[in-house]
Amino acid sequence: MAAPPHGGTLVQVRQAASDSSGFGGFSESSRLSVDADTEKTIWNIGNGVFSPLKGFMGESEYYSVIEQMRLENDVAWTVPLLLLTDGAKEAAAGDDLLLASANGRPTAVLSCDGSFMVDKGEYARKVFGTEDPAHPGVAKVYNGPSRALSGKLTLMARPDYGQYGDCTLTPKETRVLFAEKGWKTVVAFQTRNAPHINHEYLQKSALSLVDGLFVNPVLGRKKPGDFRDDVIVAAYRALIANYYPSDSVVLSALHYEMQYAGPKEAIMHAIMRKNFGCTHMIVGRDHAGVGNFYGPYAAQEIFAEFPDLGVSTLFFKEFYYCKRCAGIASEKTCPHSEEDRLSFSGTKLRKMFSEGEVPPKEFMRPEVADAIMKFKEPFVV
Amino acid sequence: MSLFSEATTTQSAKGVSSRSAGRKAVPNKYTTVSIPQPLHQKIERLIAKKPGFKSVSDYVTYVLREVIAMHETKEVPEPFTSSDVAEIKERLKALGYL
Repeated sequence: MAAPPHGGTLVQVRQAASDSSGFGGFSESSRLSVDADTEKTIWNIGNGVFSPLKGFMGESEYYSVIEQMRLENDVAWTVPLLLLTDGAKEAAAGDDLLLASANGRPTAVLSCDGSFMVDKGEYARKVFGTEDPAHPGVAKVYNGPSRALSGKLTLMARPDYGQYGDCTLTPKETRVLFAEKGWKTVVAFQTRNAPHINHEYLQKSALSLVDGLFVNPVLGRKKPGDFRDDVIVAAYRALIANYYPSDSVVLSALHYEMQYAGPKEAIMHAIMRKNFGCTHMIVGRDHAGVGNFYGPYAAQEIFAEFPDLGVSTLFFKEFYYCKRCAGIASEKTCPHSEEDRLSFSGTKLRKMFSEGEVPPKEFMRPEVADAIMKFKEPFVV
Repeated sequence: MSLFSEATTTQSAKGVSSRSAGRKAVPNKYTTVSIPQPLHQKIERLIAKKPGFKSVSDYVTYVLREVIAMHETKEVPEPFTSSDVAEIKERLKALGYL
């Protein structure tokens, strides 16, 4: 059977009655505009991706997480889930706030149970392990507001995933799907990239050990130079259609903005996939990292601190094509030097695609490259 | 962003924060459990040779979390009803997943 939800309960946030949608009953001062990423977070809380949380964290929960890597009830949790507002917005416990998207769409009601100030330096040190503003997560914290509102949520509308609605499943849906497929063990693959050959071998190595593979690309705000969301989805569809048994893999998007918190984010990635019903999680080299802020295998090592996580981890070294081995190899299986490896920097790959050049098949499947090349501009600019 | 989400106000504040004057004290959430002294000594010897545990308490907490998690896993029912399943299967079929 699928992994039990994290904390024992798959949260399903109640949706307000249809006649309560809109701004009725909420004065201007009781409305809070949230950005698109926050709206996705709210939906993720709503459909149980962040189970067992039912809303945004309060102060004691926040400190429990940054100091103990645990919720107050001792459930593993490594990155705070906060609703930050600018200094002007304060709310008292007991207030109901309507959270609405930038275009005015009501998203949820926050039953506020308090607010507190976040020490940004402390947050950066304890979550990211650095206060260096060159770290994108740290920069985001320093550039953002510091008052956190806490409380449970009630959804005002069903999530709208736009063009990705047909490839976005909720945890409840994946659990039913895995059961229907007869999968007792499911390995999750977290990605924010179009698939190269090395990703495929990573996934297939893991798949050989379990019943099914859950490819769960992260869609959301990315850095310039990253593959666009629609490109990632198209590339994976091409890969799966051509190189995977259809009854062994499920592709579904996760709408979430990367934090780049390295090891601590790897734990969160596992928790989210556990809530989707996955029993296993692939953790490769520099999972959820950025630059040189974390050791290449720090995200694997942190799992040793969580014997109760409820997800089995499959750790892999990096895969690549080795010219001397004449095949796909990994740091664990191949004795040859880096000069023998076929590798492409992001810069080189972007240059190849922008010049209409197809990467060699030892690096990327031709069908995947074709899918990418159908896009005039496949990268975030 | 997702885990660290931001919101902006559309109007000025109406309320007053209940906790704005510094950090709230986090209560001490630890308690004491008695274990036989020979066992305590064995654990001390074990963790002296095994990096990763700062104290006997650390080790015992780790082991108990592992054991308790195994028990909790066995007791969790599926988080959906049969009517949920029928509705979800229809959507999964419509999307081509089934």
